[in-house]
Amino acid sequence: MTRLWQLIAQGLVYAAVAAGLAYGSAAPAYRRLAEDQAQITFTVVHGGQRLEDCRDRSAEELAARAPNMRKKRVCARRRAPVDVELYLDDRLVMAVAAPPGGLSGDGASRVYRRFAVPTGAHVLEARLRDSGRAEGFDHVRQVDVQLRPGQNLAVDYRPSDGGFVFE
Amino acid sequence: MGGVKQVLRFGFAAVENALNRAFGFANPLHHLGALGLFFFWVIGVSGVYIFIFFDTGATEAFLSVEAMTREQWYAGGIMRSLHRYASDGLVAVMVLHIAREFAFDRLRGPRWLSWVTGTPIIWLVMICGITGYWLVWDTLAQFVALATAELLDWLPIFAEPIARNFSAPSRLDDRFFTLVLFAHIAVPLVLVFVLWLHLQRVASARIHPPRALALGTMAMLLAMSLVAPALSQGPANLAAAPAAPGLDWFYLWSLPLAEVWGGGAMWAFGFGATLVVAMLPWLPPLARRPVAVVDLENCNGCTRCAADCPVSAIDMGPRTDGKAFRFQAVVDADLCVACGLCMGACPTATPFRRVHDARPGIDLPDFTLRQLRDRVEAAAKPLAGEARVLAFHCETAARPATDGHTAAVAVRCLGMIPPAMIDYLLSRRLADGVALIGCGPGQCHYRLGNRWTRERIAAVRDPHLRARVPRERLLHASISAFDGRRVGSEIEAFRATLSRDRGARDPAAREAAS
Repeated sequence: MTRLWQLIAQGLVYAAVAAGLAYGSAAPAYRRLAEDQAQITFTVVHGGQRLEDCRDRSAEELAARAPNMRKKRVCARRRAPVDVELYLDDRLVMAVAAPPGGLSGDGASRVYRRFAVPTGAHVLEARLRDSGRAEGFDHVRQVDVQLRPGQNLAVDYRPSDGGFVFE
Repeated sequence: MGGVKQVLRFGFAAVENALNRAFGFANPLHHLGALGLFFFWVIGVSGVYIFIFFDTGATEAFLSVEAMTREQWYAGGIMRSLHRYASDGLVAVMVLHIAREFAFDRLRGPRWLSWVTGTPIIWLVMICGITGYWLVWDTLAQFVALATAELLDWLPIFAEPIARNFSAPSRLDDRFFTLVLFAHIAVPLVLVFVLWLHLQRVASARIHPPRALALGTMAMLLAMSLVAPALSQGPANLAAAPAAPGLDWFYLWSLPLAEVWGGGAMWAFGFGATLVVAMLPWLPPLARRPVAVVDLENCNGCTRCAADCPVSAIDMGPRTDGKAFRFQAVVDADLCVACGLCMGACPTATPFRRVHDARPGIDLPDFTLRQLRDRVEAAAKPLAGEARVLAFHCETAARPATDGHTAAVAVRCLGMIPPAMIDYLLSRRLADGVALIGCGPGQCHYRLGNRWTRERIAAVRDPHLRARVPRERLLHASISAFDGRRVGSEIEAFRATLSRDRGARDPAAREAAS
C-alpha cells in the first residue's frame, strides 16, 4: 500500500470512528413519554404518629434509675406506617403502605413514585393515613387538573403547607 | 470460555490485519491503553478550561454553558466538544481494551492485578461521565439527575428520596450543583490513583500513543468539534418531564435500563457483572509453569534480565554468595510468568558453552537453554537442500509447516532465544537461515518479546546479536496464529532469497543450480 493510499485509508477509518462517536453521543433519543402523556411525581416524606402515647415515670421508677437517667417523660419510639393512595378519576392508581424508617422504626416513612398518565382534564385525589387506624384517612385532598403533554405534576405531602400540595 | 476467546481473537486478528496496512506501527488497536490515557489528558485539559467559565446554580449552570458554547464557540465551544467526544472515545477504547486483553488471554496469572484494578476504572469513568452530564442542567441533565437519583434511592442509605429534589421547581437547591461539581472533579483524581495501580506490574508500559496516532486522533476530535459541536438540549424545567432526551449512550446506557428493569435489578446487574468480570482471571484457574531460577554460579548481576522482564518480576538484590559482583538477580515467584525473556537477555546464555551443561545465570526449569539447544540440533539434523531454514515460533504465533527444508521449534516467546543461539545455528552450519516468527503485530503475548528480539538483532539492546551474523540470513516476522498462509509464503520467499544469495556467494552452487 503506497503512502497516499495509507493516508486515505487512515482518513476513512478516522471518519468512521468519528461518525460512530458523534452519533452515539446524542442519538438515538430515548422516548420516556408518549406524545399524549404527562407525568405525575408523587412524594411523601413524613413520620407517622407514635404507636404508644408518651407517659410520665412514677416517683418510684425515677428513684430506681441512675441520677443522670431520670428523665421524667418517656415515649415509645416506634411510629405507625404511612398509608397513601392516589386516585385518578376515581380509579386507584397507587396505594402504598410505607413502613417507618430507621432501625427502631422511629424515622419518617418515604414514598416516591413516578408514572405516566394520559393528558387532559382529570380529578386527582390523594389520601394519607398516618395515625395507624384501620379505617379512613387522616388527610385527603381532591383537585381538578388539566394535564398538558409532557407536563410533570408534582404531588407532595407537606404538613407545613397544609397537607398535599399539587404543583 | 476458550471458545469465546478464540472467536474474539479471530475477529481482532482480522481487523488488526486490515488496520496494519493502513496504520502500520500506529495501529490504534495496538495502543488502546495509551489511547485511553490520551483521551484522559484531553478531557483533563478541556475540563480545566470549562471549569474556569462554569457557574454553579440551577439557572447559572445552563446559562454559563450556553455562553461558553455560543459566544466563544471558537474556544469554549471547541473545548466543550473536545471534552464530550474525548470522553466518548475513552469509553470506546476502554471497552475494546478490555475485550482485547480478554481475547488474547492477558488477564491470568500475575496479570490479575491489572485486570482486577481495571474493574473500578470502569465504574469511575462511568461516574465521571454521568456527573458531567448533570452539570450542564439542560433537559438531558434533568433526566440524568432524576434517573440517577432514583437509582441511588433504591439503596437504603438515604433518609429521604434524592429524586424528590427534582420533582418540582421549588424543591431544587443550588447546593446540588456544588456537590456534583465536587464529585465530577474528585472522581478523576481517584481515577489517576487507580490507573497508577493498574500499571504497577506492567514493565515498559506504553502510556503515550505513537505521535502519528496522537495527531490523527486529535485532528479527528477537532474536526468533530467543528462539524458536530456538543450542544445543550434546552434548559431544564422541572415542571415538564424530559419526554425524549437524546442520550449519550456511551455513558448513559444504564439509566434507561434502570427505568425498565427497576433499581434493584440494575444494581444486581452492575455488581454481578463487575464480580464476574473481576473473577475472569481465575475462570478457570491457570496451571502455572515453574518460574525462572537464578544460578548464582553464572549470574554476574548485569541487570539485563530485570530490564527485559515484561512483568517486573525480577529485582536486583545484594549479592549473597560472596562473589565480587555488586548484585544478583532475584525472581519474585508470584509475579513470574515463565516467559523466558530473562534467559534471552542473559549474556551467559550461550549454546556455545559446553561446560556446566550450558547453564545461564537465569533459566527456566522446564525449558532450559540446554533443552532449547538440544531441540534446535534435533530439528536441524534432518534438514537438507541448499536453503535450510530453522524457524522459531512463539507458542501463540503462526506455526510454520515443516518439510525437508524447514524445521520448526516452538518457544514460549521469541524473546527467550538468546542472540547467541542464532549465531550458533548459522556458524555451526545447522541451517542456512533462521526464521523468527513472533506473535502478530501488537499481539505479543508477553508484550515485549518481538520488540526485544528486533532490538537485539539491530544491536541496539543487550545482548547484541554479533556483527558477524549475516542479517540477510535472518527473517523476523510477526504473524498471527490465524495467518497460517502468510507464514508459509514468508518462509518460501525467505528460502528463495537464501538460495539466490547462496548462489551469488558460492560459484559451485550457482553452477549446480543452473
